[in-house]
Formats: sequence, C-alpha cells, structure tokens
Amino acid sequence: MNERASESDMEAQASQFMAENPERTSARRRPTEADAATYDREHRGTVGELRSEVPRMRCTRVNVRYGDKHAIRDVSLDVGKNEVLAMIGPSGCGKSTFLRCLNRMNDTVAGCRVTGEILLDGKDIMAPDVDVVPLRARVGMVFQKPNPFPKSIFENVAFGPRIHGLAQSHAELEEIVVSSLQKANLWDEVKDRLAHPGTGLSGGQQQRLCIARAIAIQPEVILMDEPCSALDPISTAKIEQLIDELRRNYSICIVTHSMQQAARVSQRTAYFHLGDLIEVGDTDRIFVKPQHQLTEDYITGRFG
Amino acid sequence: MSEPAQTERDSFARVEAGMKRRRAAERRFRFFGKCAVGLGLGFLVILFASIVGNGYSAFWQTRITLDVTIDEAIVDPAGTRDPALLRAADYGALIKQSLREMFPDVSGRRNRFALYGLVSNGANFDLRDRVLADPSLIGSKVALSVAADDDVDMLMKGHIDRGAPEADRRVKDNQLAWIDALEADGRIRSAFNLDFFSNGDSRDPELAGIRGALMGSIFTLFVTLGLSFPLAVAAAVYLEEFAPKNRWTDLIEVNINNLAAVPSIVFGLLGLAVFINFFTLPRSAPIVGGLVLTLMTLPTIIIASRAALKSVPPSIREGALGVGASPMQAVMYHVLPLALPGMLTGTIIGMAQALGETAPLLMIGMVAFIADVPAGVFDPSTALPVQIYLWADSPERAYVEKTSAAIIVLLLFLAAMNALAVLLRRRFERRW
Repeated sequence: MNERASESDMEAQASQFMAENPERTSARRRPTEADAATYDREHRGTVGELRSEVPRMRCTRVNVRYGDKHAIRDVSLDVGKNEVLAMIGPSGCGKSTFLRCLNRMNDTVAGCRVTGEILLDGKDIMAPDVDVVPLRARVGMVFQKPNPFPKSIFENVAFGPRIHGLAQSHAELEEIVVSSLQKANLWDEVKDRLAHPGTGLSGGQQQRLCIARAIAIQPEVILMDEPCSALDPISTAKIEQLIDELRRNYSICIVTHSMQQAARVSQRTAYFHLGDLIEVGDTDRIFVKPQHQLTEDYITGRFG
Repeated sequence: MSEPAQTERDSFARVEAGMKRRRAAERRFRFFGKCAVGLGLGFLVILFASIVGNGYSAFWQTRITLDVTIDEAIVDPAGTRDPALLRAADYGALIKQSLREMFPDVSGRRNRFALYGLVSNGANFDLRDRVLADPSLIGSKVALSVAADDDVDMLMKGHIDRGAPEADRRVKDNQLAWIDALEADGRIRSAFNLDFFSNGDSRDPELAGIRGALMGSIFTLFVTLGLSFPLAVAAAVYLEEFAPKNRWTDLIEVNINNLAAVPSIVFGLLGLAVFINFFTLPRSAPIVGGLVLTLMTLPTIIIASRAALKSVPPSIREGALGVGASPMQAVMYHVLPLALPGMLTGTIIGMAQALGETAPLLMIGMVAFIADVPAGVFDPSTALPVQIYLWADSPERAYVEKTSAAIIVLLLFLAAMNALAVLLRRRFERRW
C-alpha cells in the first residue's frame, strides 16, 4: 500500500516538474522518439515500476555507507519470482554493492553499513536475529571472476550440500552433484573427469561450475555479479542460455556491463547511477522507451 | 610532411644511442649478481670443507685388541653367577692384567700407569657387558677389542707429532714403543666409531658421544613443535580471519612483530623466572627448553602464517561464504589448506632457528655436563648446539674433531628437517 502511494507521489512530482519546466524537458527530447525521457538529468527519484506483482525479494529504502561514503541512497526495488532482473549502470554506480546486500555479503566488508529493509519472502533479512549462513543458502551467489575451489569438480559442487547437510548419503550427494552439473549445462563436458581439479577447466566452464555450485544448495534467488565479464562470447552465450533456463526455478539478479546482455536475458532492468536507482522497468520498455534522461543517455551510449 | 619523419628518425637514433648504456648497465647488474652468488657459495664450500675436514675422523676410532683371561677368582669368587655380583666385579683388574701379560717387562708404578693409560677407561665396561651377556666365558680367554685412549687415537690419526720433544708430547717415548709393538702385532686397528652415536657426553673424549645431546635436541624440538605450531596457527588464523580490526588487534600485531626481534637470551631469562622458579619445572630438562623455544619461535611462525593466510585469494573466501559456509567452515575447508604450505615453511624456519639456539638454553641449565642419555622430556639433558659449545671449550685435542663431528650431525639434522618440510609442502601444495 505504502509503495503504491509513494509511486504515485513520485509520478505526481514528476508531472509537476514537467509542468514547471516544459521547455527544459522538451529540449532534451530526441526528435525521433517524441515521448522518451520524461525526466531530466537532475531528477534523482526512481522512475518506472520498481515493484513486482509477485515479489521474491522486496527492498525498501536501502542505504549503504562505506565509512563516510554514501554508496547507495534510498534504493527500493523488487526481485520478482521466476524473473531475471538485470542491473546496469556505469562503473562505481553501486549496482554490485546493492547486489551484495541481498545476501548480506557486505557484512564481510569492514566499515560497510547497510540500513533499510530487505524482505525475502516477506521476512526481513536485515533483522539482527537473522543468521547469514542459512540466508546465503537461500540466496546463492556467482562472482565476477570464476572462483572454483582448488579441489575436484565433484568437491566443488558437493561442498555446499555437504556443509548444509542436504544429502543423507553419498549416493544422494552424488545425485545432487550430477543434477546440479546437468542444470548448469556442464555435465556432458565434465562427466568423465569429476575427480579433476575445478581450476583446470576453461574460464567459461569454471563459471558454469560456480553456477552449479550455487544451485546445488537449492537457493531461491541467485545473485550474479558480472558473471560473463571475464569470458569469451561463446562461453557468454552458453551462460546466458543457462540463465534463461534457470529462470524457471529461481529468481536471478544479474549485474552486467553489457546492455545487450541485459536486453537478452532479463525481464526487468534497473539502471543505477552514482548510488541512485534511476529507473526500473520491463526490459522491453527500458531499452525502447526510457523515461529518464540518464537512462537514455546510458543506453544510447552517450556515456558509460 | 618531412618533419614528423625527421623527428621519428631522431627518436630512433636516441633510442639506439641509449641502448649501449642500458645493455652495459644490465650486464653490470648480472655480473654483480653472479659475484654475490659465487661469494656465498665459496664461503659455504669453505665452511663445509673445514667442518667435514676436521670432523670426519671423529667417526673412526682406534681400537686395541686385548687377550683377556676372565679369571673366576676376580669376577665371581663365590661361583654363584649372580648378575648383581658380576656387575660389581673389578673388570679393570682383568684389563690391567692382560696389558701386563703383553708387556711383562714393564716395571714400576709410574710405567704401569702409563701402560694402563693406552686403553680407554671404558674398556672395563666393554668387558663387563661381554661377561654379563655370556657368563659361560668366565674362566676362559677372550679377544676383546677396546677403544684406545684418546691420546693414542690422536697419535694414530696423526694429530700428535712423534718428532716433538718428549716433554711437549702427550704420548711418551715408552708408550710410543708399546704402541709400535701392538701395531706390529696387528692389535691396533681403526673401526667405525659406534660409541659416538650410542654414548652420552663423557670426560674421556674416546667415550664421549652425541646421543645425549641429539636426544635432548629431539625432545626439545618435539615439545617446541607440539606447542608452537598449533598455538601459532590458531593465533594467526584468529588474528587474520576473525579478529576485528581495531586498536587492540593493531597493538597485538605490533607486539608480535617486536617479539620476533627480542634477543633469545631474554626468553631464557623469562623461562628461568617463570617455568623453573615459579612453576618449579625441572632444571636442564627438554620440557623447559621446549617451552622457552616455543616462546621464541611463536612470533616467527605467527608472522609467516599470517602472510600465508593473506596470500590466499579473497575470491576463495567469498566463494565459500557465498554458498553459505560459516566463516569457520570457509577457513577450515578452503583457506587453511591453501595457506598450509606457507605455514609449514614458516614453521620449519622457526624450528631450524630453535634447533640452533644456544643462549636461552644456557639460562635454564641445559648447559650442564650430563653423561646420561635422556629418556624423556623431564630428564636432564643438553642440546646439540650446547654440546658443540661444551666440546669446543674442552682442552683435549680429541674434542676438536668431536666438535666438528657434532656440527656435522647438527647440519644433517637440519637438512633432514628441511627435506621433510619440502616433502610436506609438495604434498599439500595446491594451485589456484
């Protein structure tokens, strides 16, 4: 209810702003897209549809500070069920920081303070009594650089289920490992060398191994922090296809520097700029008809 | 159009002109490097040559074969063959008698003593052990090979000049004549010096062995390793992975670094005051030595272990935390195995340092003359470096070669430890 109110508030503010400065906003307009970029560069509230119909995670007024630096300001955003949410924006805009709030990985960073409310299935994960260990079992993470453990491929995938006690027997553990590798589209490539070290795989295979490692513990949400930035186009294509398949069972948040990737894999896109969440919306809409001037500048390649 | 081409040629020419100087600088640098390595290797060769040259002869011992008649009247007058009585019998008399039989024309108290002095004081123990092992020998005549006195040994090894005036010579003219007679008789031979490895320290150089000091060092290092490795690794893991970064942990870090630079004798004084005076642990015991050396090596191992933990890429920790491992699980399953080779290297450096340490052991009484081989960590003992110091300090010529031999044993011990470290590192080393 509250969110709806604030949303309409924002829209009201925006229309008021437009009414006051008609020539400014119109001056920014591109001649071919008559009604794009309704909001100008100075506008700092979030525009677009930041709430989802069926939210898996719901963040409200999240702020992150590193010491004196205010890295993220008042970000409110939903991650819907079975959707891929892409976060785009120039370097240093806070998208990775925000992503790391979602499974409280920022706890491990000294001097980092996170405030606000982050609900996972309606429960606040920021509450002091929440244990981050089971939380991270529900919200898995894949990192920018593939970081398989320097152990065998089998052990890489088996580590999560083992520490969480998900398998009652070795046979069950094997089953989890095999199905995770299958889901990560890696099984055919590694089935004959499960005992080989995970670090011996190619970069793309390593990243898919990390995805297999993340899905082996049956998370609800998978966070991906630029998972393809270190990979070649073929490996990237495989991972993107995998992300699309995984969407059926999981909610996925992906940070990416590639707008094409965001457009290809995501259903919703969030654009961050210098710590502010500028615009959220259906990917189809964001890339065709951005409402905010900054978003338009970014996706049309004027900066970033 | 021509101008940029001109400057291009100019800059080429400048680069070419500078190349000569650059190459010369590089050659000079390589030459200095080779000089440094060569100098180091040269000194190492000199060191080893002098130690081995001095010490190898200590592994050989001159032995004299005596025909000893085991007289029942002396050994077992009652005829009971009671081991307690056999043990207490005067075997020295039998040895003396055998020497007298060989040289019947030696007369006079002084000359007889000179004759008895040809064989080691340990000869009667050799005979006793022989008889105790086989009492049926009593009454018969046996050929017994006994260690020669250290002066005879030195003479045979060429360290005593036969040409020197008799007054300046440890081996007198009459003794020389007897030795020549024994040699002509084929009774003097050189044999591998087993006593050196089986005996403890002794006032008689020919009986002095390294075993007491070696066992003392092993027990001491055992205590040191057993205490310092787990303590240091636990401290390093806690400080590096779990402790909050604040003023207190900074203070602790500074203090650990300072402790690594404290002179070792200070740790000896601390050990004397705390372990011996306050906790009343036994003096001269490996347990105290080990405790003191633990204090001394802890900072070294902690610093090396922290460096090893720091070098583990953070992505490994993140990966483990990302799948929901608790910080402890992340450390135990992933960080520690990767840091272990570095930790082992630090430990071996610390242990090598501890093995060669003398000063703190002096303070806790491990410098005493101890003839018994220690059987446990509470028995009084010395350590190898202390034994080297004690022998180097002894006046007899025979201790010169013993000193070098003890250094060889110490170096071999060290080499064995390093080899073990390399093996362990190979075993645990994983790449990421």
